[in-house]
Amino acid sequence: MSEERQVPEAEFRSYYGRPILKVTRWKEPHLPAYLFLGELSGAAAVLAAAAAATRRPALARSGRLIAAAAAYGGAGFLTAELGRPERFVNMLRVAKPTSPMSMGSWILAAHSGLVSAAAASEVTGQLPVLGAAAGLAASVTGPLLATYPGVLLANTAVPAWHTAYRELPLLFAGGAMTAAGAGGLAVSACRADRTDFDAARRLALAGAVMESAAGFGLERLHGLSGEPYRQGNSGNLLRTARFLTIGGAAATLAARRSRIAAGAAAALLTAGGVCAKFAVLRAGVASARDPRYVVAAQRGGA
Amino acid sequence: MKHQASVASRLYGRLDDVSGEAGYAEHPPRVGFFTDTSVCIGCKACEVACKEWNALPDPDAGVLKLSGESYDNTSALGASSWRHVAFIEQGPLDAGAPAAGGLSPADVLGPALAGLASPDSVAPATRWLMASDVCKHCTHAACLDVCPTGALVRTEFGTVIVQSDVCNGCAYCVSACPFGVIDRREDDGRAWKCTMCYDRLRGGMEPACAKACPTDSIQFGPLDELRVTAAARVQELHASGVTDARLYGADPDDGIGGAGAFFLLLDEPEVYGLPPNPVVTTKDLPAMWKWAGGAAALLVAGVAAAFAGRRP
Repeated sequence: MSEERQVPEAEFRSYYGRPILKVTRWKEPHLPAYLFLGELSGAAAVLAAAAAATRRPALARSGRLIAAAAAYGGAGFLTAELGRPERFVNMLRVAKPTSPMSMGSWILAAHSGLVSAAAASEVTGQLPVLGAAAGLAASVTGPLLATYPGVLLANTAVPAWHTAYRELPLLFAGGAMTAAGAGGLAVSACRADRTDFDAARRLALAGAVMESAAGFGLERLHGLSGEPYRQGNSGNLLRTARFLTIGGAAATLAARRSRIAAGAAAALLTAGGVCAKFAVLRAGVASARDPRYVVAAQRGGA
Repeated sequence: MKHQASVASRLYGRLDDVSGEAGYAEHPPRVGFFTDTSVCIGCKACEVACKEWNALPDPDAGVLKLSGESYDNTSALGASSWRHVAFIEQGPLDAGAPAAGGLSPADVLGPALAGLASPDSVAPATRWLMASDVCKHCTHAACLDVCPTGALVRTEFGTVIVQSDVCNGCAYCVSACPFGVIDRREDDGRAWKCTMCYDRLRGGMEPACAKACPTDSIQFGPLDELRVTAAARVQELHASGVTDARLYGADPDDGIGGAGAFFLLLDEPEVYGLPPNPVVTTKDLPAMWKWAGGAAALLVAGVAAAFAGRRP
């Protein structure tokens, strides 16, 4: 027996296989929903501002309404995930550059205010100049709202998230473009005149390329920390997300002529984006739950 | 004396005056724990004293749960377990011969008892490692860095505490801690962890766990002094043949800038459930923001490109 124990440990050692890290308290569907709605609102605001600037009123209107609705929905999921939701305003108690959640809360607060003003002006027809100015300002907060969650997740001890600090913001930026483009496609599917929505189709295609490439980048992540993006439930979800996104992109190509294709493209692209967010959460959970990821990464990097 | 740290040392690396950096112009010396696991007897007096002093609830709500993992039924640090005694059973060991851990019975029993241990008769069947774990009160504390409300703060003693009247239970700290220490109490909704008995420190008393420890395995005091004590203890153990003895978290140049609560271990850190080489996640924060900024710019460029095409 003792001879066997002289043999070096083949894999790694742990305390009864227990996790070293605490598994995140962020849960489903709140976190994935927040990630998706935040990026949707962010890119929709930029889309609306560009549509307004290029005199595409129908697209601008859709973008502004989607941006406002998604911002409120996202904020709702974010608040519901707090242990003390009634203390949500404590998020605005300090502004802390070392806390991506603090920065994100300020970004979300500013963005929500701007897209609300733009949407209110759009709906009521009141104060069009102020509404346009708010919409333009939201094209600055929007991209930050869409990509800061990459920092939010990466700035943790969770191996699959921290290691992916390059890929995650790209995944969310691509996802934002896809989601906003899909929003435009969904509206266009309900309309007879879809000429204004050409830009939304192109945005959806560009986003699908970027989102798929970033997802592929996650799978190719070096070493053990990339394993949850390749294997298991989270790996399957990420691959499913890419199939949906690519399928949605293919449908987008036919969306100019066919309303059915536009609707299908919107559904597929949205499903792909949501699916990718679940994959990212589950990859983080998998890498925090198994002490192997922590020990091997730190032994390798030591 | 106002200590001005560079941006780099605010996020990572050596930081000698952690309270000064946090804004305390005048403050007492930084205090900490030196937990010498080589003299831990696994009595759990620290766990009990901590629970009683801090009035911590029972995480299992009165249900008796046995883990089957030696004498450890606490299992891990958590929102309501701020000291956790780990029990690791190793062996069986060969009498006299260095075995799995590189230890002979003399190592296990200590030099005083080694003469009594005849190679054939009283060789212990197992080696028991016992260690009382606690929040590390990091120099670069990720929980404190990421807290969005300012609920987590650095005290004048250089320790890290949660202000429970501010915490809104966002749970960012839970995912940021590289040691898996802080956690959210689900019935209460807020994050909790060891305060190093901040109330006792303010009253000039040592923390409850150190007070209760019968073997002085948990030593409390100014961190500088503890580091000197610990270095001498390692030398002493090495001289008596316990070559496995090593300090964990004592190096101010490590990935967390050194721990306020550090340990003397007799095996690899991961055997005790500790990360072997933790690095504060905020070290890479500037790079993370650069990538997010770049991605945001790509988003704007993507939208611009989508509108650049000829109108149909």
